Amino acid sequence: MLRFKTSTTIAILAAVAFGMLLAMPNLLSQSQRDALAAATPSFVPSFLVPTQGIVLGLDLQGGSHVLLEVDVEELMRREAQNLRDEVRQALRETRTPLEGGIQTTVQGVQLRVPDEAARAQLLPLLDALEVPLENAAIGQAGTAVVVTEGPGGLISATFTEAGVTERVSRAITQAIEVLRQRVDALGTTEPNIQRQGEDRILVQVPGLQDPERLKTILGETAQLEFRFLANPGDSDVEMLPSEDLGGEPVAVERQIIVGGEDLIDAQPAFDQQTNEPIVNFRFNVSGAQRFGDATTRNVGRQLAIVLDDRVISAPRVQSPITGGSGQISGQFSVQEANDLSVLLRAGALPARLTIVEERTVGPGLGADSIRAGVTAAIVGSLLVVLFMVASYGFFGVLATISLTVNVVLILGLLSALGATLTLPGIAGIVLTIGMAVDSNVLIFERVREEERLGRSAVSSLDTGFSRALGTILDANITTLIAAAVLFFLGTGPVRGFAVTLSLGIITTVFTAYTLTRLMVATWFRVRRPKSLAA
Amino acid sequence: MWLVRYIPVETKYSFMHWRRWSFPFSAALSILCVVAFFGLGMNFGIDFRGGTLVELQSREGPANIAEIRDEANALGFGQVEVQEFGTPRDVSLRVQVQEARDDLTEEEVQQQVVADLRAAFEDDYTFRRVEVVGPRVSGELVQSGTLGVVFAIFGVLVYLWFRFEWHFAVGAVIATLHDLVLTIGFFAITQIEFNMTSIAAILTILGYSLNDTVVVYDRIRETLRKYKRLTVHQVLDVAINATLSRTILTGVTTFLALVALAILGGEVIKGFAYAMIFGLVVGTYSSVFIAAPILIYLGVRPASEIAEAEAAARAQPAE
Repeated sequence: MLRFKTSTTIAILAAVAFGMLLAMPNLLSQSQRDALAAATPSFVPSFLVPTQGIVLGLDLQGGSHVLLEVDVEELMRREAQNLRDEVRQALRETRTPLEGGIQTTVQGVQLRVPDEAARAQLLPLLDALEVPLENAAIGQAGTAVVVTEGPGGLISATFTEAGVTERVSRAITQAIEVLRQRVDALGTTEPNIQRQGEDRILVQVPGLQDPERLKTILGETAQLEFRFLANPGDSDVEMLPSEDLGGEPVAVERQIIVGGEDLIDAQPAFDQQTNEPIVNFRFNVSGAQRFGDATTRNVGRQLAIVLDDRVISAPRVQSPITGGSGQISGQFSVQEANDLSVLLRAGALPARLTIVEERTVGPGLGADSIRAGVTAAIVGSLLVVLFMVASYGFFGVLATISLTVNVVLILGLLSALGATLTLPGIAGIVLTIGMAVDSNVLIFERVREEERLGRSAVSSLDTGFSRALGTILDANITTLIAAAVLFFLGTGPVRGFAVTLSLGIITTVFTAYTLTRLMVATWFRVRRPKSLAA
Repeated sequence: MWLVRYIPVETKYSFMHWRRWSFPFSAALSILCVVAFFGLGMNFGIDFRGGTLVELQSREGPANIAEIRDEANALGFGQVEVQEFGTPRDVSLRVQVQEARDDLTEEEVQQQVVADLRAAFEDDYTFRRVEVVGPRVSGELVQSGTLGVVFAIFGVLVYLWFRFEWHFAVGAVIATLHDLVLTIGFFAITQIEFNMTSIAAILTILGYSLNDTVVVYDRIRETLRKYKRLTVHQVLDVAINATLSRTILTGVTTFLALVALAILGGEVIKGFAYAMIFGLVVGTYSSVFIAAPILIYLGVRPASEIAEAEAAARAQPAE
């Protein structure tokens, strides 16, 4: 236990030095780190010049954490409408007589074709709806939709469970892309947008000044449609709330001239006459074509610019608009015009998203938390060190050295792993400081006991160490199990706690096995004490 | 070398003797905690109950709590809990989870709460923290929190079973459950807010207590092998006395670190640190007074007795 080969000694010291090196970048500012990274010659391996510092959690640097959930029912209602359109297309092609209309629900569509011959003609076309799923498991007949026949000529096209999962999954992927563009437009540093579970998206944006604006930008579906206000007597109309026309609901044609998917650009600007904030937009070729045709045929009518089922503007068509560009003026503030153009550029979300969880910390509170955490850590360490030195004298000093190395190693590992440090994470480090001493206490107490049993100094150190290390391992693995569970089940700050606690346990066992032992062995070789008791 | 000796070095306390007091004492405390849990209930935070939590700091001078309360209650989102939070300038507001109304979902009404609060207080107060937890998310957090505690206990049970004999694994789990019940009782009696951080505190308490228990058990196992002539009572006493100074020293250093956290770590960490300090005391107590003596009832025997029993078993068929 007390004999070290030179190579082992070097390996231990090298490991400790490397851990310290990993912690170094935290002493530098971000610009210094960048300069260091730039100045490092390419033949030096990058792990020898670490430039990664500890990532602070949102609770420490301030920022917003927003969890969004896809409205699955609304998504599937929309998918069912698409399905209905396809069925309608098939009916038109085969000229099938229907009894009643097409019933559309979230599960799919149903229709009744009593005529057997017509049904035989229609069914092969409907079978084409049973599109195989891309990533269906092998041997599984995976289709997104199944077409079944019921009594009395009833035909249903229903989404399968796998089909719903696939649609939701696809919607999430699209939504993440759209959200990323929207959040990027806010100009904040390093936003984090990721999928969580089946139907959720987590958005984390550090250091935000206006969290309400973030939520507005995230929550809007931004489905833009150009339609016409209905003429009196029109049949296919719906009533939509308006923001432009005195807040009263207005009748709008259901027919959509052009949708937001045909936009290729949208920019905030000012109206040259009124100087009001407006949004300038441009259509792609096919959009421009359709918009041009429609406005040519309807000069003098009022357009309805519909955003998420609200009429935001209803300009009168003065002359045909054939250039493919136009403007939306809706009594916006400058910021609203700005946000609308961001939303239009990024495109619409495939489904409505609801905010199911929000956690926002202001930058002032974050700074206060860091200060409080660091103060607690320093005072806690001082108390522990004083107590150790008072109890064990010289060995207490050794314990202090291991403790310091321990904390530096935790910081180094946190930096290298890119793990996030949260306020509970700091608490985890302080707790480790208290508990890390345990390994030293176990060793020292055991050595002291062995000597009392009449062993020589060298023999008590030897037995004391080897017996104590077994106990240290057992005791720490149980705590590590609890920490690991916490890591897998916790979120955000609590997970940060699990990370520092686990790292603390690992570095504690490491320093007890190596550094403490090495220091005691070296001291013993140099001093050659006959007895350990002074 | 050992400069100061606060703790008597060679103790010979008869801990097994004290189980006559410690078992009824723990049983009474546990019952009290269960009664408190059902009678008083826990002060669940928004993590588990859902709702909105807002921390305000006045831009100038102390916060006017009465005025904030009146204004917040007038918003029409039910009774709003308003409390001073740390300093006279800081205030916390809690709004309960909202029901769906008009054509807004529960989640959308909750966002309305935040918007209305901002409109009402943004001029005079800065919003230091805003947390909104929807009813679905809070339900999931309850589930994952409970699962976490159950998994952790189970994982430790399996590990100890593997490393020790089953008596020890069962004994450790009984002691752990004892700590769990008492800590939950602590939250119920003090009405300290119980949230996701509290689950972290509970798991750490369990970890610490097990750590302590394992150190004692390790020594019991060693003593059982070494002193074959001792009775179980004597073995347990020897082992606990041998590890006593370590138990106390480690307890003290951890306590010092936690006291620093409780006093200086800020308002959020305070509840966490108090719970940990309580758990530290309970965990240390249970290792010595519950985990060890319970081995007697679980039928742990010294190696000599096992050998005799085996010999007897071998002799039997011959009769």
